[in-house]
Amino acid sequence: MIEFRSVTKRFPGGTVAVDDFNLVLPSRKTTVLVGSSGSGKTTLLRMINRMVDLTSGTIEIDGEDTSALEPVALRRRIGYVMQNSGLLPHFTVIENVATVPVLNGVPRKRAFSDALALLDTVGLERSLADRYPSQLSGGQQQRVGVARGLAADPNILLMDEPFGAVDPIVRDELQQELIRLQRELDKTVVFVTHDIDEAFLIGDQVVILEQGGRIAQVGSPSEIMADPASDFVSSFIGADRGKRALSIRHTERGAVLVDGFGRAAGVLVEGVAVASVAVESEESTSS
Amino acid sequence: MNWVLNNLALIGERTLDHLAIAVPAIILSFVLSVPIGWVANRYRASNGVLLWLSGSLLAVSGLLYAIPSLPLFLALPAIIGTGLRDPINVVIGLTLYGIALMVRATADALASVDPNVEQSATAMGFSGWSRFWKVELPLAGPVLLAGIRVVSVSTVSLTTVGAVLGIESLGLLFTDGLQRNIPGEIYAGIVLTILIAVVLDGILVLCGRLLMPWRHAAAPKQQAPTELVVNA
Ligand SMILES: Nc1ncnc2c1ncn2[C@@H]1O[C@H](COP(=O)(O)OP(=O)(O)O)[C@@H](O)[C@H]1O
Ligand SMILES: [Mg+2]
Repeated sequence: MIEFRSVTKRFPGGTVAVDDFNLVLPSRKTTVLVGSSGSGKTTLLRMINRMVDLTSGTIEIDGEDTSALEPVALRRRIGYVMQNSGLLPHFTVIENVATVPVLNGVPRKRAFSDALALLDTVGLERSLADRYPSQLSGGQQQRVGVARGLAADPNILLMDEPFGAVDPIVRDELQQELIRLQRELDKTVVFVTHDIDEAFLIGDQVVILEQGGRIAQVGSPSEIMADPASDFVSSFIGADRGKRALSIRHTERGAVLVDGFGRAAGVLVEGVAVASVAVESEESTSS
Repeated sequence: MNWVLNNLALIGERTLDHLAIAVPAIILSFVLSVPIGWVANRYRASNGVLLWLSGSLLAVSGLLYAIPSLPLFLALPAIIGTGLRDPINVVIGLTLYGIALMVRATADALASVDPNVEQSATAMGFSGWSRFWKVELPLAGPVLLAGIRVVSVSTVSLTTVGAVLGIESLGLLFTDGLQRNIPGEIYAGIVLTILIAVVLDGILVLCGRLLMPWRHAAAPKQQAPTELVVNA
């Protein structure tokens, strides 16, 4: 569990990137921080592994105050995946993946054989092991980045817009892969994105941020969709328009759901599993 | 030409003398410039005293190059107590000129490292020290190499100036050749100086290739089968 308590970050220039932030991130769940650019997402993420120091407040990991921990040691037990992969261009794929275990003193040979196995885990061919990052596609680079983040088998994985720079088809693939991985690995994932669809797809808990790291709403995707806390949230998640605003249209052959563009989006099926979704679309019809 | 054939041993000796001055000066310039260049780059974006320090390091080291070489070679023995004809004077003088070029090159080289990659190294848990040696310095390599190649060529050429004071190098071949009017000796001095510069440059380029294999990695093979057909 990661807990933010009254965390504030004021940068030397005077920018208050995060102002009195409070949040609990449950263990073995994916928490997504979503907000527009400059809302403090990266700052929040980097305060967890102490790349950014807090101005005030505390962050605890499993009850332990991170300010009491040695930053380098702390970072080695937290996985970090960033946009544009952040791979070391002068390390081969396998060297990149094995970096943290090697830093931790795992013998090279074992670190490398573990790293090969990790390539399988993230769906990369082992034949890519000796390539340099510049010899990979964007999607492959991000997979290597994920493998590297997992290499020391950390409990916590921080991901800063990891799929932001790849094309939409590859992004879909990587998102599905992450969901599969998370089901297998059960990490505490903190995922940053500006894409609300990605947030709802990946997050168990979604945190919608306004400027200054102010929390507009926290909840599961369905809680947020069913009951946006404010006009800001409604408009941010597009509840009032587009493909999120489903309504029922009655046709001669039965009822279909149409989205905000008037396109058929599906049919309404009564059942336990989709009960909450059904409630939401009825609400949007009545409004 | 006769003169050359009759004096191969002397030419060989002068070539070695030349290398014995130029090579240590090149290596020393590189090694000494790394910490100075690091400090200059580290505090370039700071303010107050540290910014001043960074600016002064760059300015002062750059100005070293403006000192005329002959007076420097004459003044050094007085300052450090060596003999007037001691090659050490030239080594030290040339190291100063090398530093003049290399400090800025090093600062620029370190500044050229992608901040994204530096942050990613920090995030993975490199300590400051290991991050410098394993990430920043290697990635600064291409710009460092460009800098040291310039230093190498300029050092090899400036080494000849010591000949005016009678310090042995290929430069003695042209001072002596001029005095005694032996064109073969003059040409031998010039050609060998250029040759040394070219060979050292080649060695540096080769070192760069060996130390930075990632820069020369081929692009991914997308259509391997077609290539095979073309080659066959
Ligand atoms: N190192 C820094 N120095 C000064 N201001 C910064 C720094 N990093 C971020 N900021 C500022 O803090 C705010 C939040 O930035 P960031 O956390 O990067 O937002 P996001 O990741 O949501 O785009 C922005 O206004 C940004 O300009
Ligand atoms: Mg960001």
